[in-house]
Amino acid sequence: MDQFILQILNGLDKGSAYALIALGLTLIFGTLGVVNFAHGALFMLGAFVAVTLSNVLTLSHKVVDETRTDFLGNPMQVDVPYVHDWFGVTAGNAIIDWAVPLAILVAIPIMVLIGFAMERGLIKHFYKRPHADQILVTFGLAIVIQEIVKYFYGANPIPTPAPDAFVGSFDFGVAFGFDPNAIIYPYWRLVYFFFAITIIGAVFAFLQFTTFGMVVRAGMADRETVGILGIDIDRRFTIMFGIAAAVAGLAGVMYAPISSPNYHMGMDFLVLSFVVVVVGGMGSLPGAVAAGFLLGILESFASIPAVIDLLPGINQVIIYLVAIIILLTRPRGLMGRKGVMEE
Amino acid sequence: MSNSKFSRRGVLKTGMVASAGLAVPQYLRADAHAGFTNAPSDSEVILGFNVPQTGPYADEGADELRAYELAVEHLNGGGDGGMLSTFSSKVLDGTGILGREVKYVTGDTQTKSDAARASARSMIEKDGAIMITGGSSSGVAVAVQALCQEAGIIFMAGLTHSNDTTGKDKRANGFRHFFNSYMSGAALAPILAAQYGTDRKAYHLTADYNWGYTTQEAIQSSTEAMGWETVNTVLTPLTQTDFSSYIAPVLNSGADVLVLNHYGGNMVNSLTNAVQFGLRQAEANGKQFEIVVPLYSELMARGAGQNIAGILGSQNWDWKLENQLGDRYSGTNAFVRSFGEKFGFPPSQAAHTCYVQTLLYADAVTRAGSFNPCAVVEALEGFEFDGLGNGPTLYRAEDHQCFKDVVVVRGKENPENEFDLVEIVEVTPVAQVTYAPDHPQFAGGALGSCNPGA
Amino acid sequence: MLGLEKKDFRLLLIVIGLTMFAPFILNPFPEGSEMAQFNAGYPDLMQRFVIFGIFAIGFNILFGLTGYLSFGHAAFLGVGSYAAVWMFKLLSMNVLPAIILSVIIAGLFSLIIGFISLRRSGIYFSILTLAFAQMSFALAYSVLTPITGGETGLQLALDDPRILGVSQTESGNIPVPALFGLEMRSSYELELGAWLFTFNAGYYLAAFFMILSFYLAIRIFRSPFGMMLRAIKSNQTRMSYTGLNAKPYTLAAFVISGMYAGLAGGLMASMDPLAGAERMQWTASGEVVLMTILGGAGTLIGPVLGAGMIKYFENIFSKINETILHGWFAFLPDGLENFVVALIYPFIGKGWHLTLGIVFMLVVIFLPGGLVQGGQKIMGLFRRKKPEPTKPNATEPAE
Repeated sequence: MDQFILQILNGLDKGSAYALIALGLTLIFGTLGVVNFAHGALFMLGAFVAVTLSNVLTLSHKVVDETRTDFLGNPMQVDVPYVHDWFGVTAGNAIIDWAVPLAILVAIPIMVLIGFAMERGLIKHFYKRPHADQILVTFGLAIVIQEIVKYFYGANPIPTPAPDAFVGSFDFGVAFGFDPNAIIYPYWRLVYFFFAITIIGAVFAFLQFTTFGMVVRAGMADRETVGILGIDIDRRFTIMFGIAAAVAGLAGVMYAPISSPNYHMGMDFLVLSFVVVVVGGMGSLPGAVAAGFLLGILESFASIPAVIDLLPGINQVIIYLVAIIILLTRPRGLMGRKGVMEE
Repeated sequence: MSNSKFSRRGVLKTGMVASAGLAVPQYLRADAHAGFTNAPSDSEVILGFNVPQTGPYADEGADELRAYELAVEHLNGGGDGGMLSTFSSKVLDGTGILGREVKYVTGDTQTKSDAARASARSMIEKDGAIMITGGSSSGVAVAVQALCQEAGIIFMAGLTHSNDTTGKDKRANGFRHFFNSYMSGAALAPILAAQYGTDRKAYHLTADYNWGYTTQEAIQSSTEAMGWETVNTVLTPLTQTDFSSYIAPVLNSGADVLVLNHYGGNMVNSLTNAVQFGLRQAEANGKQFEIVVPLYSELMARGAGQNIAGILGSQNWDWKLENQLGDRYSGTNAFVRSFGEKFGFPPSQAAHTCYVQTLLYADAVTRAGSFNPCAVVEALEGFEFDGLGNGPTLYRAEDHQCFKDVVVVRGKENPENEFDLVEIVEVTPVAQVTYAPDHPQFAGGALGSCNPGA
Repeated sequence: MLGLEKKDFRLLLIVIGLTMFAPFILNPFPEGSEMAQFNAGYPDLMQRFVIFGIFAIGFNILFGLTGYLSFGHAAFLGVGSYAAVWMFKLLSMNVLPAIILSVIIAGLFSLIIGFISLRRSGIYFSILTLAFAQMSFALAYSVLTPITGGETGLQLALDDPRILGVSQTESGNIPVPALFGLEMRSSYELELGAWLFTFNAGYYLAAFFMILSFYLAIRIFRSPFGMMLRAIKSNQTRMSYTGLNAKPYTLAAFVISGMYAGLAGGLMASMDPLAGAERMQWTASGEVVLMTILGGAGTLIGPVLGAGMIKYFENIFSKINETILHGWFAFLPDGLENFVVALIYPFIGKGWHLTLGIVFMLVVIFLPGGLVQGGQKIMGLFRRKKPEPTKPNATEPAE
């Protein structure tokens, strides 16, 4: 019993990551109809905004410490971060410690701008081109982005820890009368979960309750008519692209402490996010979110040792197996709209 | 008209002239009828450095490549000579190999067995490489080793830790200097027992592929021999990036030690997740909860950051060995100095094993007086040497595995810089990590006989 | 001729000519010169060109004609390779039975997956094929290790039973794949002046199969069956109104292209007897999609060009290292030399991916019809007139 509750919690957390990534993708892919293979790269860029910010905060100058020597026997050069000079050691360390949450603030404008640039500079010209061309151009773009990041940051994962205050886990089980340690949950993952819910809620509210959102939804359903009505739908689509990029980027920022960022983390998530979007159903935002949580929870269940013993390898294939079952029983995924990318 | 078995060089040597009238008569090379693949010319010899340059292990590959460059420089008499001065065998004199200047070609394994073999084949067929070395995973090492056996080329493995490389997949033309899963287990177990006691319950998370299996088997059997109990072993997919659902049940499983049989990105993420769950602060069965990572690497340690503090693991070599444990490990400082002065930071264990392998090959050729793979195999088999950083070492004839001391390390609590993340706990002497060639963990497979190719 | 129109026959002749003289064409630079780095005429790469050419031709029969985008085709290539290596281990080192079995197994495998996946269309179909392929990869890498060799790949061993043949040769080695005694790795070498040309047995076997595949593909493209497949692409609904059931046709196209993939896999194992699980990963499936689009989806020769281009970058550009660059620009003054090398260095060697990514983007931006369109433009320039209007199927939306 406690095993299941534990894994549901885990699944919600995994699911919130999947849902966030899929949400951004479905805004572009499910609704604008652009097969965006560079979406994973946007997620990765978000994580690297966090890395860069923590690098900037630890930007330091060298001070020669005569009392110590380095590995070659020369006097040791010690790095002293500028924030230590400016705010003192304690406050400086606290700022460095909070680099990841601070990165959220930086990531939003940066990612929106990247999204704008991508759409205006490249994707715009591909709305009417075949999906095959979209695949090739966005795949090329993803490789280029990845390689640029690799050039500056190397291929090794870069540790980007959460603030010290979030280390350790919260013992849910005790509150409900289970044994200690039966149902534990790291604080950072709680933060991630609530963060994801907030972002998802904000995007839905934006599309549902603002005039802008209404026009965009109308534009998705029938772009031509909206254009005839004299509404500049193109500009709004650009903004949508910016939002999608920001959502992907934020997912990446917050994910950095969970999985140390490296330049190809986007490719690792790319296939998964396409699966989530399609299982959710093309053109459906709630579908993508629901599919994200569903797959996250099922993946967690499949990693229970007893389940693996029963069905060896189930943890390797669970996501794809579920995807196949859902797509065979529900022709358009969980909540797909008719006629979107069905040809 | 003639047929070559594998490579163009084989035919070049035989000096055959095409029947076409246009063909210009071809000069005969000095060792024209050497009878082996890619016999080098009188002036130069080409080595193939096949390392991951793209993909997750690209940085490790870059470090390997630096070491190879350095080795070539030293063999050709450049730089400060590095380990040539400390190496117990004195036949290398900085004039290349057998008087031929050492040249090299590089390739990208992509850490995929297919791509690695394609790259190795191009080195053999196009560039005329006489020896292939490198790699950063056992899958690649085993695949390229088999290819070299078939082509009649010597393979000097880079970083490969699976028992299989010199176990069930061993080949006569392949040699491994790096240590293996069994040695990790044998070296770690007594130190784990000394540090954490003999009454421990271990929970294994294991990467679901060959290397993971052999490592888990090795750690499990040697810790159980010390009195530990294995509570559970769970296999995790290679592509996993978030290990929370595997780690969450650990604390409540009755275990008080978590063993992470993971490497590379898997290890970085699983360890980061485990620390996030608070396992480092936790208590279980009235004891402090501990985490063990059987195979450490400097780059992984860098990726995991502060999370490695206090975590035990094993290494093939560490750049601080000679400074801390004396001149049994001579060669270490010589190598660190020339590497550090050229590149500005200390070398990784991957770089060390690659450098040493290149020197060992050059030395074997020189002692044998021939590039013929069979002569090289004979020179390396049963070769005992010292002064290459690991103390007295034996290249065992039965399985082409090096036997030497194993370093047990612990992540530093307060590292001073990103290259000094681990401290040496102890060195397990070679006698304790030696096993019989027919040990069950290495069963199956046969060395076969050396293949000189064409 | 051979049931082909004149134009198609000419194309076939060109392809035959190119493959037969590939050892010359791919080795334009003299041995030992600085440019020899760009020579691609060595057996391994030539074999890869034609084998991936077969794979892409087959993929194009499905994607280019019906518009069904399979994202799991690498799985068929993978099972083909496994089948072939098992044949080497158990039966004999003759490549023919191995290749035949790999085509059959891949055909069966694609029949099952195609039958299920073709119940959906569009993106839903793509994700179904992707899911099957990823499952095959994940299982082959892990729990199926006893059958597939897992991480290290399926290899031959010294104690394989091999019913028709020996377990090991007299010299104590594993025998190599051969066609009735003709070893796949044996080569004949021709030296003309400073040039060296390699004629490899394995390459010519693979090239023979590629020409055969290409011929079959032309016949399919021009047949009523091919017309039917194009009809599926342009408007399936209309087709069903006329009382035709599209499914058997698409399934047939799917199985045919699966068998092509199996043939490629079997040939790959014959040239180099090892089958690795990575061959089935989604990146490998993605690669054949990219090859086809890069060359020109729906065209006959395009996929082969795309395959050649990607494999050339992977094998030639990745091997250029800093030392070689310094060798090229040694004639420049030191400061300038270092500057030029620093400028080029990020694009070669470990940066070959970057160059590939840029090429993808440039091709799709400037040549919407893929490399084939580029070829047509160049031909047009030579003829001093505007490029001929592309073939109707060349630039059609490939959905």
